[in-house]
Amino acid sequence: MILNPAKRELLAAELLEAEGLSPEGRSLTKDAMRRLCRNKAAVVSIVVLVLLILVAFLGPYFIPHNYEDPDWAAFRAPPSWEDGHYFGTDPNGRDLLARVLYGTRVSLAVAFVATLVSVVIGVLYGAISGYFGGRLDSIMMRFVDIMYALPYILFVILLMVIFGRNVYLLFAAIGALEWLTMARIVRGQTLSLKHREFVEAARASGQKPLKIITKHIIPNLVGPVVIFAALTVPEIIATESFLSYLGFGVQEPLTSLGTLIAEGTDAMESMPWLLAFPAVFLVSLLLSLLFIGDGLRDAFDPKDR
Amino acid sequence: MTDQTQKDVLLELKDYSITFKTPDGDVKAVSNMNLTVRRGERIAIVGESGSGKSQTFLGIMGLLAKNGQTSGQALLEGRDVLALKPRELDKVRGKDMAMVFQDPMTALNPSLKISRQLTEQLEIHRGFTAKAASIEALDMLKRVGIPDPTRRFNLYPHELSGGMRQRIVIAMALLTKPKLLIADEPTTALDVTIQAQILDLFNDLTAEMNTALLMITHDLGVVAGLADRVAVMYAGNIVEEAPVDELFEKPAHPYTAALHAAIPRPDQDVDDLVVIPGRPPNLQHLPKGCNFSPRCPKVQDDCIDRPPQLETLAPQHCAACFHPFPRREELLTHA
Amino acid sequence: MLDQNTPGQTLLKVENLTTQFEIEAKSFFRKPTMLTAVNDVSFELKEGRTLGIVGESGCGKSTLGRSILQLIRAQKGRVVWQGKNLLDLTPEQIRLARRDMQIIFQDPIASLDPRMTVGDIIAEPLTVFEPKLSRAQRLERVQEIMAAVGLVPEMINRYPHEFSGGQAQRIGIARAVITRPKLIVCDEPVSALDVSIQGQVITLLRKLRKEFGLTLIFISHDLSVVRLISDDVLVLYLGRIVEAGDCATVFSAPAHPYTQALFSAAPIPDPKLARQRSRIRLQGDPPSPMNPPPGCPFQPRCWKSTDICRTQMPPTELVRQGQSAACYHMDRPPEA
Repeated sequence: MILNPAKRELLAAELLEAEGLSPEGRSLTKDAMRRLCRNKAAVVSIVVLVLLILVAFLGPYFIPHNYEDPDWAAFRAPPSWEDGHYFGTDPNGRDLLARVLYGTRVSLAVAFVATLVSVVIGVLYGAISGYFGGRLDSIMMRFVDIMYALPYILFVILLMVIFGRNVYLLFAAIGALEWLTMARIVRGQTLSLKHREFVEAARASGQKPLKIITKHIIPNLVGPVVIFAALTVPEIIATESFLSYLGFGVQEPLTSLGTLIAEGTDAMESMPWLLAFPAVFLVSLLLSLLFIGDGLRDAFDPKDR
Repeated sequence: MTDQTQKDVLLELKDYSITFKTPDGDVKAVSNMNLTVRRGERIAIVGESGSGKSQTFLGIMGLLAKNGQTSGQALLEGRDVLALKPRELDKVRGKDMAMVFQDPMTALNPSLKISRQLTEQLEIHRGFTAKAASIEALDMLKRVGIPDPTRRFNLYPHELSGGMRQRIVIAMALLTKPKLLIADEPTTALDVTIQAQILDLFNDLTAEMNTALLMITHDLGVVAGLADRVAVMYAGNIVEEAPVDELFEKPAHPYTAALHAAIPRPDQDVDDLVVIPGRPPNLQHLPKGCNFSPRCPKVQDDCIDRPPQLETLAPQHCAACFHPFPRREELLTHA
Repeated sequence: MLDQNTPGQTLLKVENLTTQFEIEAKSFFRKPTMLTAVNDVSFELKEGRTLGIVGESGCGKSTLGRSILQLIRAQKGRVVWQGKNLLDLTPEQIRLARRDMQIIFQDPIASLDPRMTVGDIIAEPLTVFEPKLSRAQRLERVQEIMAAVGLVPEMINRYPHEFSGGQAQRIGIARAVITRPKLIVCDEPVSALDVSIQGQVITLLRKLRKEFGLTLIFISHDLSVVRLISDDVLVLYLGRIVEAGDCATVFSAPAHPYTQALFSAAPIPDPKLARQRSRIRLQGDPPSPMNPPPGCPFQPRCWKSTDICRTQMPPTELVRQGQSAACYHMDRPPEA
């Protein structure tokens, strides 16, 4: 018996179903997230990072001391369970646990603010420069070159003079310096994207240039941008620590991980806990961010592994 | 089999399979393939993308991706190349069998001069001195039809056109006088007029050097003028194998027939285009019966139940189908 | 010069179109080096007809298609479309004209934005040209067109990478026809597809051409595919038209040596014929468009070339009714 065409189509449809093709599509981002979830190091890092964030932002409400008031009964106290100074106190009698938590909070906030600023400026600047090309591109990129050539620390000191009193503004400004590399990466990606056929197809469909940038170019930059941003966060935390160490960063009594480590190094021999606890926090924060960045890179570019 | 025919056999695939391990499960790219290549014979392996035609021979050359695994036997002059150690395989690869790829640039090192790439082969595999090697290499360049070979000898690959590069790659492959030349879509990236030149070159050189040629291609048209025998692959299996004239005149498997009828012809006006409905199956979810059954105009209940095996229909002609031999008119009514 | 005598309204007229690329930027010391990809091309296209453009890689066929659509700006000549010369229009005016002229690409998957769903991809031209449509109306139009190109409407929320090449090309075709354009440039739409799928796409294009009254420009390197779908054909070599005419005439009696060589080199899926026929063996490669040979572009590879071919570009002449070629030594019909 020969099957009729209708039965043959039914057969083909059954096969399609067997391939597990549900009507809901799997987007590339969902695919990437699925791959990320299979990466053990990245998953552990995400858990660590989430815990650190929760502890830093909720922790202070559950501990007996706050970060700025000295405990007159305990100066330079080593860690102990009895008096509630679980991480000990500093030379001014302030609770180290509270200060570490607060410092983590400041470091994280500063890093995310700076990264956000650098991503927004860098992506827009790079995409516009790369997409329009020609003379506009030359001018915009020469400006980036000039900015690169100026010494970083000099800039930070200048910004200090201007924004000295406000930590978040200072780091927004640092973000405004960090965007240079982001802009270059994005421009390079845009240059190759704009010759891809789907961008040409959008032009042929009569789409406006700015719409092409926002609808086609920028969504396709998600991979490299997310990866670079994930690697920028630890870089800025390290920069902040470095600046605070030099005395340019966060002002007393506010603190950050970098400041705490700077203070801790001074008293490393007499009060090792002052160095050890903030260092453990900083290292776990940086490592988890780096692993997440790596995991994202593998997830978005599975071919490059 | 008599002693003489046994001696005649160059490559023999026995129950040869390739499996790829992927996160979503194992994928069988080639399953239980049997094929015999005799000395000096020209065989074409025809199939669409995903038919496993390229993987088959990458597997023999030991060039599969890391997650690929071969099983069965591939006997080259009686020696199983699948069982060879990487070191030994290297020797066989350079000397007894050579491969030409679709994109000549993948085979050429962009930072070395043509001369160096050619002579290196000879110095390593055949122990030539530098001077003897360049004489031999220049001679080979002449034979593959490169005009002005002495000048081109000292150029870099990017300074040559696509057709010239493919000629160089062919020269490289033939320098060590291999017994088997595997060509994987060697003309797909080239223009029609250049394709014709390269096909002529294969024709002349393999006859001259008595090299067996395995031509892997998706294009039945290319095969017609070149091959002695054709094997058609679909979803990892050989579905039909026959001498070239017989395959074109009396295709037995509906897939071969449809493929043949679907090729547009430059020399004929075709108003009723034969269309094969659907698309090749996903290798991870093959049908229970014949792989071609969802697209086949002649499908019947037994085709859905169990897969057909290769059966001999005429001398040297076998096909894997329960209901072979549809005619072109039959195909048209189903398109 | 092409099909002046076929009845019907002229939809598109291309006159002396020349497209050049700057391959080495102008600097203080020297003029920019220019590559001429399309050289002095003229033809006329009547409404409802399909024009095949054939040539080998680097002959400028894709550039010609894109120059007509102004995706690449041409330097000289005229592209007359709906009474206006497209070369004179501002970018904004050209953008608005795109509603009526669309393109289908060679690599079906690469021409679809990987981060958009199929529904959004197909709807994009609608959002540009008919922004007043409600969401529901737009969805209806998208589903209607998906059915017309043979896609199941349930696929609307899938992403391009989940499709095979043939299906992806259907999506590209749906996007091109959704605004009901008059002209579609098909740039090698089937060369990236398997033989069994090629036929499906050609059949679909033929069907849509009839249903929507489309005029097509079908660019391909493959003579056989062009023969399946075209009414007229242009043969391009090194940016110039070497032969043009209606398909039946050109395919039955090619006049220009290059066209003859192309036919002779095209593989024929018939072993006996393939062995019998005498091939014209062309020597060498097409010359680089960066330094074209003097005179006729085909002259260095041509077995008929004489002194005059090496000094002067042959003029385009009528061979017979419905066929013209540019060659001093072309095969002319016997004098009547």
